[in-house]
Amino acid sequence: MSSSSSPSTPVPAPQPLPPAFVAALQTAFAAGSILTSREDLIPYGFDGTAALKQLPGVVVFPKDAASVSGVLKLARTHRVPVVTRGSGTGLSGGSVPVPGCVVLCLADMNRILELDAKNLTLSAEPGVITQRIYDAADAAGLFYPPDPGSMKISTIGGNVAENAGGLRGLKYGVTRNYVMGLEVVLADGSIVTLGNKCVKDVAGYNLRDLFIGSEGTLGVITRVLLRLLPKPGARQTLLATYASMDAAAETVSAIIAERIIPCTLEFLDQRTLRCVEAFAKVGLPTEAEALLLIETDGHPAAVADEASRIERICTQHQALAVRRAASAEEGVRLATARRSAFSALARLRPTTILEDATVPRSELAKMIRFINETAQKHRVEVATFGHFGDGNLHPTFLTDERNADEMHRVEAAMKEIFDYALSLGGTLTGEHGVGLAKKAYLPRQLGDATLSLLKTIKRSLDPDGLLNPGKIFD
Amino acid sequence: MSSASPHSELSVQRSALGVSPSAPAGSDNLLKSLDYSVLQQCMHCGMCLPTCPTYVETGRERHSPRGRISLMRAIADGELDVTRAFGEEMYFCLGCLACTTACPAGVDYANLFETARAEVERRQVLDTRQRRSVRWFALRLIFTRPRLLRFIGRLLWLWQRSGLQALSRSTGLTRLLPGRLAGLEPQTPRIQTRFSDGLIAPVERPRTGQVRHRVALLTGCVQDLVFSDVNRATVDVLLANGCEVITPRTQSCCGSLHAHNGDTASARELARRQLDAIDPGSVDAIISNAGGCGSHLRHYNHLLHDDPAYAERAAMWSRKLRDIHEWLAEIKFRPPAAPVGGAPAFPVTYHESCHLCHGQKVSRQPREILKSLPGAELRECGEATWCCGSAGIYNITQPETAGWLQTRKVGHVQATGATVVATANPGCHLQLENGLRAAAAPGSTPPVVVHPVVLLARAYAAEAAGRPS
Ligand code: SF4
Ligand code: SF4
Repeated sequence: MSSSSSPSTPVPAPQPLPPAFVAALQTAFAAGSILTSREDLIPYGFDGTAALKQLPGVVVFPKDAASVSGVLKLARTHRVPVVTRGSGTGLSGGSVPVPGCVVLCLADMNRILELDAKNLTLSAEPGVITQRIYDAADAAGLFYPPDPGSMKISTIGGNVAENAGGLRGLKYGVTRNYVMGLEVVLADGSIVTLGNKCVKDVAGYNLRDLFIGSEGTLGVITRVLLRLLPKPGARQTLLATYASMDAAAETVSAIIAERIIPCTLEFLDQRTLRCVEAFAKVGLPTEAEALLLIETDGHPAAVADEASRIERICTQHQALAVRRAASAEEGVRLATARRSAFSALARLRPTTILEDATVPRSELAKMIRFINETAQKHRVEVATFGHFGDGNLHPTFLTDERNADEMHRVEAAMKEIFDYALSLGGTLTGEHGVGLAKKAYLPRQLGDATLSLLKTIKRSLDPDGLLNPGKIFD
Repeated sequence: MSSASPHSELSVQRSALGVSPSAPAGSDNLLKSLDYSVLQQCMHCGMCLPTCPTYVETGRERHSPRGRISLMRAIADGELDVTRAFGEEMYFCLGCLACTTACPAGVDYANLFETARAEVERRQVLDTRQRRSVRWFALRLIFTRPRLLRFIGRLLWLWQRSGLQALSRSTGLTRLLPGRLAGLEPQTPRIQTRFSDGLIAPVERPRTGQVRHRVALLTGCVQDLVFSDVNRATVDVLLANGCEVITPRTQSCCGSLHAHNGDTASARELARRQLDAIDPGSVDAIISNAGGCGSHLRHYNHLLHDDPAYAERAAMWSRKLRDIHEWLAEIKFRPPAAPVGGAPAFPVTYHESCHLCHGQKVSRQPREILKSLPGAELRECGEATWCCGSAGIYNITQPETAGWLQTRKVGHVQATGATVVATANPGCHLQLENGLRAAAAPGSTPPVVVHPVVLLARAYAAEAAGRPS
């Protein structure tokens, strides 16, 4: 899959930018930090989302907040839309350009500014790769828990803008839970600081949270202040295999019912498991119908106790086999393999469309059954994996964007799955954001009053509608 | 060259320079004629980005695997012409294939990259008179004619041994060379006194024990001139492990240089010549000991799949092609016994040739060999799977990026404190040797670069002689 363009739907022609705008940018940016040629722009026409593609007008690489502010002011003067981007790994089209826009790529703002071991905080520019944040904390005996699948290349700014989740969401929450402060450049070019190193702070509205998950539509994040935790003393990874998906789902309910909160509780169906194994070769049992990857962390004694209780619960719920990772390294290898699931599924069919429907945990088994029935009904291929522990599923459609008939059936199935998730009290997207990919479904979930509140906020912060326009809602 | 061959697609006329056969009917370029699903396979997830050296160096998507693939796809979709900038981008790519190891989606980047370069050559967007002459000289003349190559090797050897090289260096004569060549002159590899044919008999059998396998050895071209000792050592370790070794005389280049540089026609012709020289049906395995060659040699099946006369033979060839380390591990090579008196301890690190680890996925086996050596202490170096900047002729065409990679590599190697660096590709070998020599503190001895098989052969020899190696 990939770029959108099925040969039958040509890409919209790029809109020309005002020449004075480009000339001003060219004065402001050194040669390597502004891209204008077609060969340079095409690779910035997409992110990690299937079937979406749009050529930007120009790409710039600012080095600091002042330079971001300058671009926003210029864009406002010339009424040019601005799309902010990090590494372009988003999964809802949040950083896909809009026609005639300037792409503000923050990849060069990539310094870790401070690790404050006394206050357990880390301050970084938005272009720092998530993995580097984890590693820097780890080296200081600390822990940054959010671990989205693309963490080895995603940027922290993108994580905050999309409020990214990850494998550890069940116990540790998502990116939002670790953001203490932000520096944001607003649409008019002013620079604001929201939040600080204080654990408690109730001075004024909590605007920091407004920008987390705002998908680049309200402002441009130019610095993040993150909360760190002490590194857990021990970790243990377990693998349990099942002959049926239901048995796996029941195991999860039983683990939670026993008041155990593992750090990771991941689920892979057989299709996913086979693709992951074909790539990563970590010894996953490819004959199993379903697999649970479970990790517990914390004090060594607690980990040992939880691991054996989990083992017992798995066995009681018809696990075919339960295996403990022999070492911490093997645990990391297994989690890394799991993170490749989405990309690995692309081995099967030309186009891979990843969904992110999430339901309250108690409804998981129902939701999975419904996904499989719907896929059968519409004769489409679906592989499912996801974060079982927090109800966040990734049903993934394996299709071919050039087959119009099949794409229609995929859309029909997708819509039914969304509707069903909402009827169970769920959400369209647990961690990928709305972007372009899900905006058609958003009104149904939010309702008129909520949607118009969102629009009021957008209008007051971005009156000209230039910040990532057309994302989340029109 | 076998211009008499009915299948010859090669012509050594200057007019046909580096131009691949025209694109198949029904399409106006090679990328368009490629099975679209190969291009579509990339779902632009970005998982390959952190492993791509050119992306890490520049931070620009155009220099990343998915960026390059998006440009190829734009050409296939008719959204971009084959421009000079596209051509330059295809040659800025190292062809190191690190992206294929990182890619969970299984994108066949090697295929895409070779097709793209072939299209760049077909359209001549990078064409200049000088480039044309160099390509003609290297791809069409020297590296298709084994006797000529060895003759030139002999001349170089004379130049080096006669003292003329030293003389021209001391008199500053080399300064008269054009800038880029003058920079390269100190890197000219030392040519061996004897090439493989002088060191290896056409058929060699183990002196003791029974013959368990029959294998053919590929001696390579650069390997043959500069590292014929590696070929000799390869024969020795094969003999020590019960293999009868057949080594055909005056072998041609395997064609990898041509395939990687967009000259598919020559690559196909050279593959046919290899298949004429060695009947894959007559041996249990065909052994390559150079990472770059092996990676290409394995894909003869793909290269000749549409050649009715050769497709079947090529398929069998690919099934039997083995890298030497892979083969030794497969036949459970005998670990050398520590010789009487004990072997002195030495720290060794391993640099993975791109086309051995990424191209052939052979990574564990060379380490098994190193670990089996008496006295060896294997110390892993950072970024062992990163390109050293040699990348075929990349260090000549893109000296800046090549230099950046070389420095990075040398730093990681030095950090291990190893006195021996093992690597299994002639290009890497020279690049490391030059880099380590240049970086060594005055008066100190830089680490020795050596092929793992040479170390193993020495250990067997020491064991036989009953003395420390
Ligand atoms: S080449 Fe592979 S890893 Fe890289 S973006 Fe494409 S699918 Fe992802
Ligand atoms: S072959 Fe190497 S340089 Fe080229 S795109 Fe792949 S990783 Fe990057």
